[in-house]
Amino acid sequence: MKIAVCIKRVADSETRVKIAADGKSLDEAGVKFILNPYDEFAVEEALRRKEQAGAGEVVVIACGSGASQETIRTALAMGADRGVLLETAALPADGLSIARALATELKDGGYDLILFGKMAIDDYNHQVGPMTAELLGLPCVTCVAHLDLAAGKGTAEREVEGGMEEVEFPLPAVLTVDKGLNEPRYPALKGIMAAKKKPLEVKPTTLGAPGLLVLAMIPPPERKAGRIVGEGAAAIPELLKLLREEAKVL
Amino acid sequence: MSNVLAILEQRDGTLRKVSHEIVTGARRLADALGGEVHALVCAAGPVSGVDAAGRHGADTVITATNAAFGQYAPEGYARTIAEHAKAGGYGAVVCAASAQGKDLSPRIAARLSVALAADITDVSVDGGAIVVTRPVYAGKALLKVKVVSKPAVLSLRPNVFTPVERPRPGIVEAVAATGDGGRVVVKGIKAAAAGALDVAEAPIVVSGGRGLKEPANFKLLEELAQAFGGRAAVGASRAVVDAGWRPHGDQVGQTGKTVSPSLYIAVGISGAIQHLAGMRTAKVIVAINKDKDAPIFKIADYGVVGDLFEIVPALTSEIRKLNG
Repeated sequence: MKIAVCIKRVADSETRVKIAADGKSLDEAGVKFILNPYDEFAVEEALRRKEQAGAGEVVVIACGSGASQETIRTALAMGADRGVLLETAALPADGLSIARALATELKDGGYDLILFGKMAIDDYNHQVGPMTAELLGLPCVTCVAHLDLAAGKGTAEREVEGGMEEVEFPLPAVLTVDKGLNEPRYPALKGIMAAKKKPLEVKPTTLGAPGLLVLAMIPPPERKAGRIVGEGAAAIPELLKLLREEAKVL
Repeated sequence: MSNVLAILEQRDGTLRKVSHEIVTGARRLADALGGEVHALVCAAGPVSGVDAAGRHGADTVITATNAAFGQYAPEGYARTIAEHAKAGGYGAVVCAASAQGKDLSPRIAARLSVALAADITDVSVDGGAIVVTRPVYAGKALLKVKVVSKPAVLSLRPNVFTPVERPRPGIVEAVAATGDGGRVVVKGIKAAAAGALDVAEAPIVVSGGRGLKEPANFKLLEELAQAFGGRAAVGASRAVVDAGWRPHGDQVGQTGKTVSPSLYIAVGISGAIQHLAGMRTAKVIVAINKDKDAPIFKIADYGVVGDLFEIVPALTSEIRKLNG
């Protein structure tokens, strides 16, 4: 099985967002960057599928600044075979321009499966995977929480409002994966050492003109300061009164 | 002047409620652009409830029917909608950022070779250009974004565009959609437990964290949720989902679901920054925690300090009286 996993370097979820001097982006000073958590599930799934097949290759591909090499090394330490960085300056808000760069890289790769995380926890765009599939003309299932693959086809389950949708699709395919699909492994020391020697190709990439222009990044509206109603069960009558008469939610 | 195409959703031949939010958002945009709203729904036959789209501002409602469109057919729907959007020369195409819309909208945008402004919470027109607001970093910041590609493809965050009555003719017509459903085939939906609400859709969410001490104690929160008479869902913090106490679908936070219920009750949740990001847009937040210095109290409208094992059952019994 030849599997590609498209990954992204993102700010850690514990980041306190400070807006940069340009007024349009995150101030990266002191921010810890990680492999997008949903992409970890994609990397893990690729490794398991390759292990089950007994042969194959897992290629991780990232689009982003030179710093994404570190993120690719994380995936290589988990066990992926090689990495490709489509090196660009800052990523645009427009997912289609990123999907185009990825599709160009993936097009003649002969992949049986192309995996993405269902979304990145920074821009919440949840679009690059299905857009890449459309550009490649491949079938695509998003937010896969359960997956079975057999002889050229697969079945998947994805969460929808009020239940799980059951989906059938042929291979090769593009899948975006959800939390719960598997339990990602931690890179072992041996893996981290091995990752340093694995091939990582850096390809300078120019993205097309974006269809979305960021005008400003602004802080969310502050919540009004709340109050402690009281201590223990004794506070409940007062709490209910406030919810009914002041907040009017009961 | 340009018209707006609103993509409605149906399940089992009945219009989904989120459709009214889509029409409301599309109407607001069409008014600013000086155009009409044309609603489009893909289905296998007539869709019940579709005549209500006029009430929220649809000038026409087109049912694109195809025998393969009973269940969601990602490729068939995307092809039909993209062809329709192209032929109609629309200024904008508006979907919901629902489970279906999140899957469908990127496909439509890619087929039209334009950008997708996803999960937006506001839209306006400034000097002829469409400008949207969208939360990033799970709501820790907002982006103001100008959409320069045309048509503008937008997906609206659910529970934000509250339906407004703006009566228009809403003339319903059926059009046969040609072609098949595509290679990706939805076989059906395995329903969640009867009456279980999704945390992202419930008007009231009762969430628990490590303070519950063990998985069995979530029964206390389930009882509290039930006391609200079918309007509440039980959510969870990342810590307890990662520990395997609760399913992934219940997780609220930056790596789970972003929720905006009218009432959010956080029980035994200290308030990690990634959790706060996922629930800070709730209308009213109540926190119950034994640690009076827990960060959750900084964001809560009303806090009760103390032992949740004493407070929650007492609250449940009072809510039962209220709704009984």
